[in-house]
Amino acid sequence: MDNPIRVLVGKVGLDGHDRGVKVVASALRDAGMEVIYSGLHQTPENVVRAAIEEDVDVVAISILSGAHMTLFPRILELLNGKGRDDVLLCGGGIIPEKDREELMKLGVGNLFGPGTPTTEIVAYLEKEIAARRGK
Amino acid sequence: MSKMNKRREEQERYRTLSDIPVDRLYGPEKPDEKIGIPGSYPFTRGIHETMYRSRLWTMRQFAGFGTPEDTNARFRYLLQKGQTGLSTAFDMPTLMGYDSDDPISLGEVGVEGVAVDTIEDMETLFAGIPLDQVSTSMTINGPAILLLAMYIVAAERQGVPPEKLRGTLQNDILKEYIAQKEWVFPPRPSMRVITDMLAYCTEHMPLWNTISISGYHIREAGSTAVQELAFTLADGFAYVEAGIEAGLDVDDFAPRLSFFWNAHNDFFEEIAKYRAARRIWAKRMKNVYGAKKERSWMVRFHTQTAGCTLTAQQPEINIARVAYQALAAVLGGTQSLHTNSMDEALALPSEKAAKIALRTQQVVAHETGVTNTVDPLGGSYFLESLTDRMEEEAERYFREIDERGGVIAAIEEGYFQKEIADSAYQYQREVEKEERIVVGVNAYKEDEKIEIDLLHIDREKQTDQLKRLQSFRARRNNDEVDQALAAIRKASETGENLMPPILDATRKGATLGEMVNVMRGVFGTYREPAVF
Repeated sequence: MDNPIRVLVGKVGLDGHDRGVKVVASALRDAGMEVIYSGLHQTPENVVRAAIEEDVDVVAISILSGAHMTLFPRILELLNGKGRDDVLLCGGGIIPEKDREELMKLGVGNLFGPGTPTTEIVAYLEKEIAARRGK
Repeated sequence: MSKMNKRREEQERYRTLSDIPVDRLYGPEKPDEKIGIPGSYPFTRGIHETMYRSRLWTMRQFAGFGTPEDTNARFRYLLQKGQTGLSTAFDMPTLMGYDSDDPISLGEVGVEGVAVDTIEDMETLFAGIPLDQVSTSMTINGPAILLLAMYIVAAERQGVPPEKLRGTLQNDILKEYIAQKEWVFPPRPSMRVITDMLAYCTEHMPLWNTISISGYHIREAGSTAVQELAFTLADGFAYVEAGIEAGLDVDDFAPRLSFFWNAHNDFFEEIAKYRAARRIWAKRMKNVYGAKKERSWMVRFHTQTAGCTLTAQQPEINIARVAYQALAAVLGGTQSLHTNSMDEALALPSEKAAKIALRTQQVVAHETGVTNTVDPLGGSYFLESLTDRMEEEAERYFREIDERGGVIAAIEEGYFQKEIADSAYQYQREVEKEERIVVGVNAYKEDEKIEIDLLHIDREKQTDQLKRLQSFRARRNNDEVDQALAAIRKASETGENLMPPILDATRKGATLGEMVNVMRGVFGTYREPAVF
């Protein structure tokens, strides 16, 4: 692709479970995307600042701490506050179905659960970003 | 051969279901020296001569949620049901040394475990529980010294001296940098804090297990069984070396070190891992560190089934996975066991799922008959060969770590982290290419609507905890607290043992976050190399 998809993959809050985020980061990189990994223990403010500075298409957040109902809405609010609702916020982790539906209603993109093939995540991002860039 | 305390067997006779007698031990007349016999060096076949015929493993299920009152109620319920060991899960802010009202704690207070900010929280957590009569396991690492101090002071206020406290502090900071990633200070000052604790506990807490050297999290982060074995034992060697360097006698502290392993899917490889761990540790403690006490040579360990093998797809199948993993732990000679709940890939365990998990261990213990003879798999051509092979592979890693300048240098360059991330990614690719079958995930898939009841966490609890913390701060003497914090700062700088000033500050009402901040001011913070 001439203009590769730029993704910030991030860990927000105190959660140190980074197996999934690293696997996804490697898979996105191997699929030809430009991947920036935030490292652990970031605040929503840090992540949004980095997303804007790095001019990414996607912010993909991994949360396995149970704090998803606080942190996803906060990131969304900060992105929107900066006028960057063009950035796709999506993610994954241990997120119960009900919470997932609620977050998606707020405007969060897909939230992938355990066992998701990385190919499915790649395909989703390619499709979403193509649609957004086509606008 | 001297036996420290020969334990009585529970039954007079052991028999199969068809009434064939079962002996305590099977093996050659002249045991192979490399393998040995149960209860004797090098402990390949287990650390006890009579093993589960004398006492079953401890069934220790990890619990903690919400406020200290909530967890206290759960503890009292478990004790009423005959459980004698408690296992405490702290919430993320506590694990990282932040108070509940720190901005970074937002959304995480009391969610994944219980919030403990103050000595009063610790007292509430164990209210009505006589601390000289239970053994308490606390999963805490970065700020372990502070939580230990709170536990000591809570006991003191019950009239129980530290000499009588029984339990285990996880306190394994090295695996935090390697895998679990809940640290507070950088690696080198953390090791100093740990040796301060080792020195204090060796003198004052003879019944306390000071470090639970953990492979569990290394495995969950994606390592192989060999990496789990090697990295964990390497961490153990690093603690022993730190203790010796701090001037302690190895036989004074090594008997209180214990281990915590994962029980994953590959049945025989897991059993071989536990056996290899016992043999490697015994040899190293005896021959390299010069330990003379048998107890210093022994790997005593807790096991937990592998959370990362649980699938969100068709979650009921997880019950079968957990059962096989539990069986591997028992055949590997574990001293205690936590079995995971089937719903853990979806949410925190519901009460029903947690009960099924406990019942699974009880089936292994009482119905399968595997406890009737000691180390029933010992001498299996396959298992012994796999045990040897894992030992060799681990030795290869020890040499690699030495060449990199030891465990801490290897952590600082991101060596373990990269090894583990590579293994995790390779595993994922194998699953996606269907070179490995995961039932319900890449084979035997079903379109399903998941219909199990999940635990819901009440987010109002966060507000309760914040109010409690504010009220505590309003009631204490702030001048006294400031002086006590200054003493912690001074000890951090000068290198005198941190335990006495921390105990004092805890009594005066310094909070977890306040004490951590003072120490962080001296020791600094840590940011890992973010490799993937």
